Amino acid sequence: MNFFLTIVLDGLIQASWLFIVALGLTLVFGVLKILNIAHGSFYALGAYIAATVVTMVAARSLPPSVGFVAMLLSVALIASAVGLLLERGLLKMFYGRDEVVLLLVTYAVFLILEDVTKLIWGVNPIYATQPYELFGNIEFAGLYYVGYDLVLIPISALIGFAIWFGLNRTVIGKIVLAVIHNEEMSVSMGVRVNRVYAVAFAFGVLLAALAGALTAPKISMQPGLSSDVIILSFAIVVIGGLGSVEGAAVGAILVGLARAASVHLMPQAELFMIYLIMAAVLMFRPEGLFKRETARRI
Amino acid sequence: MDHFRRANRALIVASVAAMSLPMAIPASAQETFKLGIVTFLSGPAADSFGVPARNGAQFVIDQLNKGSVPSPYEKVGFGGMKVEPVIIDENGGATKQVQELRNLYQRDNVDVVLGYISSGDCLAVAPIAEELKKMLVLMDCGTPRIFEEAKYNYVFRTAAHATMDNVGLVRYMKAKNIKMDTLSAINQDYAWGQDSRADFVAAAQQLYPNVKVQTDLLPKFGAGQYGTEISALVGAGSDVVYSSLWGGDLQAFVLQSAPRGLPKRSQLVFSAADHVLPPLGDKMPDGTIIGARGSYGLMSQKSPLNDWLFRGYEAANGVYPVQAAYRITQSILGLKAAVEKAMSKNGGKKPSTDEMVAAMTGLEWLSPGGLIQMKLADGHQAIQPIAFSRTKYNPDLKRVDLIDIQYFAAECVNPPPGVKSIEWIKGGMQGAKCN
Repeated sequence: MNFFLTIVLDGLIQASWLFIVALGLTLVFGVLKILNIAHGSFYALGAYIAATVVTMVAARSLPPSVGFVAMLLSVALIASAVGLLLERGLLKMFYGRDEVVLLLVTYAVFLILEDVTKLIWGVNPIYATQPYELFGNIEFAGLYYVGYDLVLIPISALIGFAIWFGLNRTVIGKIVLAVIHNEEMSVSMGVRVNRVYAVAFAFGVLLAALAGALTAPKISMQPGLSSDVIILSFAIVVIGGLGSVEGAAVGAILVGLARAASVHLMPQAELFMIYLIMAAVLMFRPEGLFKRETARRI
Repeated sequence: MDHFRRANRALIVASVAAMSLPMAIPASAQETFKLGIVTFLSGPAADSFGVPARNGAQFVIDQLNKGSVPSPYEKVGFGGMKVEPVIIDENGGATKQVQELRNLYQRDNVDVVLGYISSGDCLAVAPIAEELKKMLVLMDCGTPRIFEEAKYNYVFRTAAHATMDNVGLVRYMKAKNIKMDTLSAINQDYAWGQDSRADFVAAAQQLYPNVKVQTDLLPKFGAGQYGTEISALVGAGSDVVYSSLWGGDLQAFVLQSAPRGLPKRSQLVFSAADHVLPPLGDKMPDGTIIGARGSYGLMSQKSPLNDWLFRGYEAANGVYPVQAAYRITQSILGLKAAVEKAMSKNGGKKPSTDEMVAAMTGLEWLSPGGLIQMKLADGHQAIQPIAFSRTKYNPDLKRVDLIDIQYFAAECVNPPPGVKSIEWIKGGMQGAKCN
């Protein structure tokens, strides 16, 4: 029983931060129909900014809780600004072009951001662990878990609920959903679609960066961080269905549990398991678990 | 008049002879030795290995060119020739490195190429140097396969391969009476991690015949997050957890495993962890057993050569030298010894590639990390002594000190000539000279 609980808890911890990243990716695709290759770079950007802020706070001998709050606020601020800037300054120019062009543009942004992070933070691994000790250690199923890891689970659930609530129970959310379902009709009803695009993209960037900030205290930041994350995020949104919030949640939990189960039971199959699930979903539901099939407009 | 003419002619001949004198002095001060150096200047291996190696090379070459290296290396440069380095980034994969090696020899006209940290790169470039008949000195890469699966005339490796790290580590544990009825391991899923794991497990099975391997994890290189792996390792509760992780991966593993009580439940043993001690500081758990791939850094033995490197490097870079800086230093000093040996045989001229190759084969030389002997692979592969120790954080100096240091002779931890490493270990490490 304890063994089973360990797998579930490890899976949920893994799923928690992956869900936040995947949520941003799926939101951007849902609204803008862009498969954002640069999404992992925003995760890395958030992690690096968080590490810088935490280090600055620690250097002033302030408590780790201040570092934790400061890193989240700074990342939210900077990521939103970067998101808006990129959407207004770059992506806007390519709307209406072929989807492949937009894919290439985000790939270019990915390459640029990779080098920008190297230029700013260098190639050496950096870490800022102070907030990781914030919630102490908790014994569960015969093992010690870091409280910070466990706190990530309710935080991501809260973020997921807030997004779901915002989309389904508020006027702004309904407008965003209207753009997702039918852009032309939304325009004819007076919706400023460009504004929705800008906000949705900035929000996607914010979610990726926030996930980076939340994981920063427990990892060592080094070049290559973004590419690992984007691969896993793509697997999650493909499993759940591109553009679906519920799909991102279920996809993240499936990927987290699959990875945890294989590390505990069959370590050699760790990566294979994730892609096995993805392949199985694509075989039986090519549109993903939660995406509704839509009629083709002629 | 004739007398004047004769005198003039004699003067001209004498002047010409005088002018040509410096050209007749072999390997004059005007001549330089162009040395291609390949090390990671970017990418995940840059911080831990590549940049310390580059810094080490720059320090040593600067000192050699000034003639400031202690005896027996006090002669300026290589036999009086100033060393002119051409430094190339090793990042980018084996295919790129093959092209870069050709460029170094054929475009930059370097006399010798020295470097390489990645085993994959070493395996890729060695046949190219052989094909071009140019001298290549591998300074660090760990895989034993380079000379165990091929034979080279123009290629040398001036540091021991990874077998030494793992055989030495198990010998250290046995000498310190570390209990190891059960063993778990976590290593990166590529050549270095898999080869290290195989050597360690094989050596453990020889010296601890009843050892049982429990959790055996191979996360991918650069995984960064080890929460689930740590649960599995803590859950297994083995006597010993072995790892050959390095760089950012090792730092992340230590940072994540310490708060979860892994170091309290199991004895941590890391085969190549000296380079993460300065960045981790008090985050490195006390009592961790570590190796440095040689008798290097805080585990080095006192000698004029070692004092010169340790203090000089620290003064130049603000941090003490770790394994990569030591390994490139021993490589450059070995090449200097070979060049000067060749010059002593050819009348002091700048030696040809074949003369350098002949001089390097089977060479022995002193390095800051001890005596290096080219004893394996028909004189092309080095063996060297190694040290292991335990960590203990020193709050006064704010650095990790190393205690319980034990040294092992080169022939105690390296296979004898003509035997494949893994076969030597599995055969009970016959012929090892440990006394």
